[in-house]
Amino acid sequence: MSIAELFQTLGYYFQKEYVVYAMVVAVLIALCSALLGVTLVLKRFSFIGDGLSHVAFGAIAIASAMNLSNDFLLVLPVTVVCAVLLLRVGQNAKIKGDAAIAMISVGTLAVGYLIMNLYAKSANLSGDVCATLFGAASILTLTDTEVWFCAILSVLVVTAFLLFYHKIFAVTFDEDFSAATGIRARVYNLILAVIIAVVIVVAMNLVGSLLISALVIFPAMSAMRVFKSFREVTVCSVITSVSCAAVGILISIVAGTPVGATIVTVDIAGFALFCAAGFLFRRRVSA
Amino acid sequence: MALLTCSHLTLGYEGNPVLSDLSFSVDAGDYLCIVGENGSGKTTLMKTLLKLKTPVSGRIAMGDGLKQADIGYLPQQTAVQRDFPASVREIVLSGCLNRRGFRPFYSADEKKRAEERMTRLGVGHLAKRCYRELSGGQQQRVLLARALCAAGRVLLLDEPAAGLDPQASEEMYALIKALNGEGVTILMISHDTAASLPYATHVLHIGTPLFFGTAGEYAAYRKGATS
Repeated sequence: MSIAELFQTLGYYFQKEYVVYAMVVAVLIALCSALLGVTLVLKRFSFIGDGLSHVAFGAIAIASAMNLSNDFLLVLPVTVVCAVLLLRVGQNAKIKGDAAIAMISVGTLAVGYLIMNLYAKSANLSGDVCATLFGAASILTLTDTEVWFCAILSVLVVTAFLLFYHKIFAVTFDEDFSAATGIRARVYNLILAVIIAVVIVVAMNLVGSLLISALVIFPAMSAMRVFKSFREVTVCSVITSVSCAAVGILISIVAGTPVGATIVTVDIAGFALFCAAGFLFRRRVSA
Repeated sequence: MALLTCSHLTLGYEGNPVLSDLSFSVDAGDYLCIVGENGSGKTTLMKTLLKLKTPVSGRIAMGDGLKQADIGYLPQQTAVQRDFPASVREIVLSGCLNRRGFRPFYSADEKKRAEERMTRLGVGHLAKRCYRELSGGQQQRVLLARALCAAGRVLLLDEPAAGLDPQASEEMYALIKALNGEGVTILMISHDTAASLPYATHVLHIGTPLFFGTAGEYAAYRKGATS
């Protein structure tokens, strides 16, 4: 395919409403997940995103079995509650954080699949399950409501992050110090938990529940290879995430590959590039 | 009245006391060194003074108009911090957060305050450097600058020289003494007694038996115990 043909194909697709929707939603989701990813990775909470996405999967199964008109109404509150519980358990030594996450994560996955099976609505059960887990083509069949819902939640997440940016930094860097000097660390942990849950639920549309962690972790890890202050890392992570998501969507449209998997693959390539850049940069500094 | 008075404190985890019937007081300008075996409850005591833990029983009273927000804290380093991407300025500024309420951004005053503290502790030239690339002694100074941004009257220091080489640790103790000379009340945990005790005005020895008194009394007490 020549370049001219490529642009012609893209031009053709971008005349369609659903492609534009997909692009907007992807950029918003990539933005939110990258903002949060930096904090999650630094707090050693990378797996919470994964656990929560499985919770969301279970909740979706229940919602579809109950024939809810809008899945989000059930999925969002359930995920938020689990996020709060998980972050609290993480601080309590009775059940170790990672074990609790693993239990909730596989537990909800199993129960969710069971419920989907028992109350199967469509003939193509494995197709449905696959779509929920890997996102499949669902991003290209977004409805107006879903796009608006996603846009509003994204704006809320970004606003909350900007308003609490310095406090999130302080609580991430040193929770004990923050609490000792009178910052309500628990409140900010709670806010973080809620934001995480919202991002996960929103991102499920794009890449499906198994691949969300990639959106959260890869951009942050990439940025940390090269940049050295919290602000630079956050900004770079957002830019990387948004560009990878955009490129991934374009590729998946042109090549007809699954959206979620394509975006994550582009994220992996991005990470490799940043690793190389970081390596070269360090060598030049030390030489 | 004393700045901090602890009477008949019992501390512990989930109701199991690690330390009981502890009483001592700290006056403005004191330099109290808290010593004792590992696991005797030194860090627990510090976290209780900071209201991060509640005592099993007993009372902590603050006098002389001291507020919780006047107490700064230098915690032991955590694994998370060792590879944290943050600039020195970002970390020191975060010490100013506690006096800010809901305002989302730092004011010019706070930036100036952070600048002064960094200069005071000799890390001003490192402001833009990455925290994880600094030496152990420099990292401790950065955290000390942050603690001074948060509060200027009382400093609680948890093993400020842990993991430092002898020279850096010597400099750290001298710096803390200088701050004490400027009127900052110091409460410091240390198990390197040989290096830290010469600077202290008071000593609290946790364990059995408990001891609280001036540095001179402690020296005499130890002499009596060994001979």
